[in-house]
Amino acid sequence: MAIDIDTARKVAHLARIAVPETRLPALADQLSGILSFMEQLNEVDVSGIEPMTSVTPMRLKRRADVVTDGNIQASILKNAPDAREGFFAVPKVVE
Amino acid sequence: MSTLNTLTIAAARDALRAREISSVELTEACLTAIDGAGALNAFVHRTPEIAHAQARAADARLAAGEAPSLCGIPLGIKDLFCTKGVASQAASNILKGFKPEYESTVTQNLWDAGAVMLGKLNMDEFAMGSSNETSCYGNVVNPWRRGDDTTPLTPGGSSGGSASAVAADLCLAATGTDTGGSIRQPAAFTGIVGIKPTYGRVSRWGVVAFASSLDQAGPMTKTVRDAAIMLGTMASHDAKDSTSADLAVPDFEAMLTGDIRGKKIGIPKEYRMEGMPAEIERLWADGAAMMREAGAEIVDISLPHTKYALPAYYVVAPAEASSNLARYDGVRYGHRAKLGAGDGITEMYEKTRAEGFGAEVQRRIMIGTYVLSAGFYDAYYNRARKVRALIKRDFEQVFATGIDAILTPATPSAAFGLGEMADASPVEMYLNDVFTVTVNLAGLPGIAVPTGYDAKGLPLALQLIGRPWGEGDLLNHAYVLERAAGFSGKPAKWW
Repeated sequence: MAIDIDTARKVAHLARIAVPETRLPALADQLSGILSFMEQLNEVDVSGIEPMTSVTPMRLKRRADVVTDGNIQASILKNAPDAREGFFAVPKVVE
Repeated sequence: MSTLNTLTIAAARDALRAREISSVELTEACLTAIDGAGALNAFVHRTPEIAHAQARAADARLAAGEAPSLCGIPLGIKDLFCTKGVASQAASNILKGFKPEYESTVTQNLWDAGAVMLGKLNMDEFAMGSSNETSCYGNVVNPWRRGDDTTPLTPGGSSGGSASAVAADLCLAATGTDTGGSIRQPAAFTGIVGIKPTYGRVSRWGVVAFASSLDQAGPMTKTVRDAAIMLGTMASHDAKDSTSADLAVPDFEAMLTGDIRGKKIGIPKEYRMEGMPAEIERLWADGAAMMREAGAEIVDISLPHTKYALPAYYVVAPAEASSNLARYDGVRYGHRAKLGAGDGITEMYEKTRAEGFGAEVQRRIMIGTYVLSAGFYDAYYNRARKVRALIKRDFEQVFATGIDAILTPATPSAAFGLGEMADASPVEMYLNDVFTVTVNLAGLPGIAVPTGYDAKGLPLALQLIGRPWGEGDLLNHAYVLERAAGFSGKPAKWW
């Protein structure tokens, strides 16, 4: 299935990646090329096959619901591009 | 000039324990080699102060006796591993300036054993690439050349810095990670050994995630014995990784008996690709003959869904990547774009990610977003996961017939020139992983062992695939192949 320019624009927005209009045709082409490679999967009979969720059959481990970490606010904020008063700062979200 | 940097882990360990050399001397030899190898662009963050401090501590431990195998051994660490206080940016501009406040489990295991960190190694951005040409640090150059031809060659990817550094004797060994072949393909392109362990053998905690159901870290070393030694230290059960296996880690080195008499080696017919170069065919046949001479039985086998491994991989891996890389939003760490007047939070995300991610990473995030989007989830993602189940079943059926290991080529060719694939489509580049992705999809251990050369004198490797959790047995098969092939070549120093 080919991806048209509108779909490429929509996918870029869903992925939260700014793509200039001028680059959308090339992007649509590349994505279409990759998708047509994936079309081969339609040749396989997958009836009755469960989608794999884990390579090793295992039940995810459980542990007691207790606090194991904490009091590391400075450490968590240390790499933030903009941290103020103990918080991550972002542009205004709510008017 | 000291040549201590050319030692294997095993030889250095024995010399360190005998107090014939010190870790400080060994580390100094590596740091000097690194300083003289800027042309390879393998080490991108050097940590000489840490290295000196760790080397002195290792020497004290060695003097006290009873030091572990890796005590005092200088290593390179792929930039994908978080190392406390040291830049760890997955070769991406989006993590520029990021210095983790924590240490990955794998590197912690190495430091606990007394290993020495020389610095961080170049790689493809977020481990997405097969030629180390997608790095924000620029290309890595392979120390090998085509005879007298000075064309710079790729070391492979994504662990290209690790491969180049080990092949050029800048470090005794390095860590790598492998999601679709990123340890084995660069090992093959540089004439070294690389093993991807069984999924769950090595903790993923603190390793920047690409595709969580496929990612696995492993050692890249000069010999199979070194791989056995280093894997034993990297592997552990880790409560911080819910997919880490609660299994004892055997003494892999002790399992290198060199005896594979009576073992059954499978040769999968589907790996004989159309248009396979004659020299790869010959390498493969020679490898099978070596194992037969060592007393193994060679058996023709079939893995019927092999053809579908690459397309399934290029659905599953980008899907998981699009989800994992959603965390790079310019809020908690790394790069944030400069915003214009009136820009809100959505523009902040979109501009940050457009500036921070390179072209290949953007492409894979968008493919992943598409195959997971409403209306296409079943057609692509679920279908790929079903095909993945069939690929795994192929292997299970073969192992159920008593096959001990599977022998295949590691790559479709020797190392190619940097830039030679510039005009190729993304899919053509993906074909580099044709022999290695099946192993990740099935969660199996796989190892690349150098066994010969192409017509231009470049190294070529074979891959052995083992049973789940059978790394010890797999390493022993690789050990036999290594000894029989007698590959001992080193690139002529030009850098």
